[in-house]
Amino acid sequence: MAEVSAATDVPLAVDLEPVQLVAPDGAPTSEDRYTRDLPPETLSWLYELMVVTRDLDGEFINLQRQGELALFASCRGQEAAQIGAAACLRKTDWLFPQYREIGAFLLRGITPAQMGAVWRGKWHGGIGFTERCCAPIAIPIGTHGLHAVGAAMGAQRLGEDSVTLAFLGDGATSEGDAHEALNFAAVFKAPCVFFIQNNQWAISVPISHQMAAPSIAHRAIGYGMPGIRVDGNDVLACYAVVAEAAKRAREGGGPTLIEAITYRMGPHTTSDDPTRYRTQSEVDHWLALDPIARYRTYLQDAGVWTERLEERVEAKSKRLRSELRESVVGADDFDVAEMFDTVYHDITPELERQREELLTELAKET
Amino acid sequence: MTQIIERPAMNGDEAPEPYFTAVPMVPTLTMAQAINRALHDAMAADERVLVFGEDVATLGGVFRVTEGLAETFGEQRCFDTPLAESGIVGIAIGMAIRGFVPVPEIQFDGFAAPAFDQIVSHLAKYRMRTRGDVDMPVTIRIPSFGGIGAVEHHSESTESYWLHTAGLKVVAPSTPSDAYWLLRQAIVSRDPVIYLEPKRRYWVREAVDTNAPGLPIGRAAVRRIGADVTVVTYGSLVATALSAAELAEQHGWSLEIIDLRSLNPLDFDTVADSVRKTGRAVVMHEGPRTLGFGAELAARIQEELFYDLEAPVLRATGFDTPYPPARLEKLWLPGPDRLLDCVERAMVQP
Repeated sequence: MAEVSAATDVPLAVDLEPVQLVAPDGAPTSEDRYTRDLPPETLSWLYELMVVTRDLDGEFINLQRQGELALFASCRGQEAAQIGAAACLRKTDWLFPQYREIGAFLLRGITPAQMGAVWRGKWHGGIGFTERCCAPIAIPIGTHGLHAVGAAMGAQRLGEDSVTLAFLGDGATSEGDAHEALNFAAVFKAPCVFFIQNNQWAISVPISHQMAAPSIAHRAIGYGMPGIRVDGNDVLACYAVVAEAAKRAREGGGPTLIEAITYRMGPHTTSDDPTRYRTQSEVDHWLALDPIARYRTYLQDAGVWTERLEERVEAKSKRLRSELRESVVGADDFDVAEMFDTVYHDITPELERQREELLTELAKET
Repeated sequence: MTQIIERPAMNGDEAPEPYFTAVPMVPTLTMAQAINRALHDAMAADERVLVFGEDVATLGGVFRVTEGLAETFGEQRCFDTPLAESGIVGIAIGMAIRGFVPVPEIQFDGFAAPAFDQIVSHLAKYRMRTRGDVDMPVTIRIPSFGGIGAVEHHSESTESYWLHTAGLKVVAPSTPSDAYWLLRQAIVSRDPVIYLEPKRRYWVREAVDTNAPGLPIGRAAVRRIGADVTVVTYGSLVATALSAAELAEQHGWSLEIIDLRSLNPLDFDTVADSVRKTGRAVVMHEGPRTLGFGAELAARIQEELFYDLEAPVLRATGFDTPYPPARLEKLWLPGPDRLLDCVERAMVQP
């Protein structure tokens, strides 16, 4: 039993061995602190989300290569982590994503068209995401962790038992704002779960260059919150540890720092060339730990996977891919006046003047 | 014991009509007290309003501007934060997303720098980048400017940074009455407002009518009517300009003093009306000259009023050095002499 801080009642140790409920070969592990017993429809739903996310991810890459999208950041390899983390929450729990959380977006009902608009360069951030209790994407690294903490502190003041989930990456943990977010959350016992997808690489810089700590989760000790390492390629393990952290947060037990160990199978973005900084043997190693293949085997052995499920998943995947393609290919741009009109709730006279200036300039050109 | 307050209106709801507490008298207040009164009245009028920052609750702020708020409204609505300015602004953004109206304090101008990323990358852009889905009704109070004999990083003029950032509004009161009303208006505004408090004028007294309807943000005030030279300034330097105007009388120069009050939105009509009349303009601010707000005003005046001008638009400002040590600040800050030198150059053409 780990030593516990008298001041914060939080363990003063972090288990380096990640929580794993399903082994890479698909067999259940001996882990008994968490349950893998979810209803069959939940198990199928998680599978569907993971497969559809991967397929949609592939379609995004195709569309970028065809010149329809400005850029794309693939989440290939990280499906289990982000879907497991978001799936165990309520629809009224807030998500604060970075930009690679396609699986979490899909889970919340954010449409391929909404995501496509961002990567096409139609609009920044994300339109209508907040209707789904999901913040827009955050391109600056680590800064949105504080927004998650503020939202969680808001939930405390509203008397809600909601939870806020902040998605950060391994690189983000080097940012000062990540430190401030973790510290504020701990000090105010904010109902916030920090879910760090440690995908091993921040563009070209490996985790060994980001920190000298034993693990990202170990940093939790210094903040006075529980730190947990989880196999990020095991969807059930991610679901279980986030569910436990969310329960603690709802009950007033404060934040948790979770490090999900996973791998970015693709490049950082479509503009990146990972062959310049990592070896094929490393990629092959992680390919063998693939989250979807493992989970499919597990579901087959558990008797949950059926041909009918696979057909349903394929049909959904096809539908969402064509939804994405139709929403993106040749899509109209927004009215240029909107870039002025959306800056302020009450536009300033100077900005009105500049809007008219541009509109006059455009009228002359045509 | 968690103090539970009613669920606030969410972004997208219509903002409530400003409700201003009736006070059956016109009290004489210092600017610091007027700001305190405005915070108190804003918190009483709208329970979504939250005040937080370093030392604002138990201590009541290092200038006592937030005194009594924690006692009156409880620790859920006025609270001390860890010492981290980026964190202070960052959580304000998250709270605004959940429908609150945060009024964080950055303790001193120089310490806005650690919060710069949150303000510039997120607070200012949030509404535009969600295509208007999410308002950021955040008012950041920053005790600002120099002239109080302080140590480093306690006397900075930060307005140019905020004015160069699309999405922010920037105001700087010069009197207790304006301090009250600008803050009330800033807090009800659904846009982020940077509220720069001139520390040097915290202890100036004035009768503050908290019942008078407050003007919206974006109206300048003509503080003194004159015929020869328009002096455009704001914040701490309005009083300096008014005293310089007395001295100018002795030379036979009549100065018109414009107090901008709001830098963005800018009431350029009031500036233009004055310059058309006088034909001469001097802009005065504390911050360094290069790309200070004087540069923008001078450019705008010559763009729009070139043929009304009798003389170049001049700038009486601080210098392009770091803010100097306290023993030297009186020499560095623009005072009546520097302003009158500019007035003379405008009046007496070579």
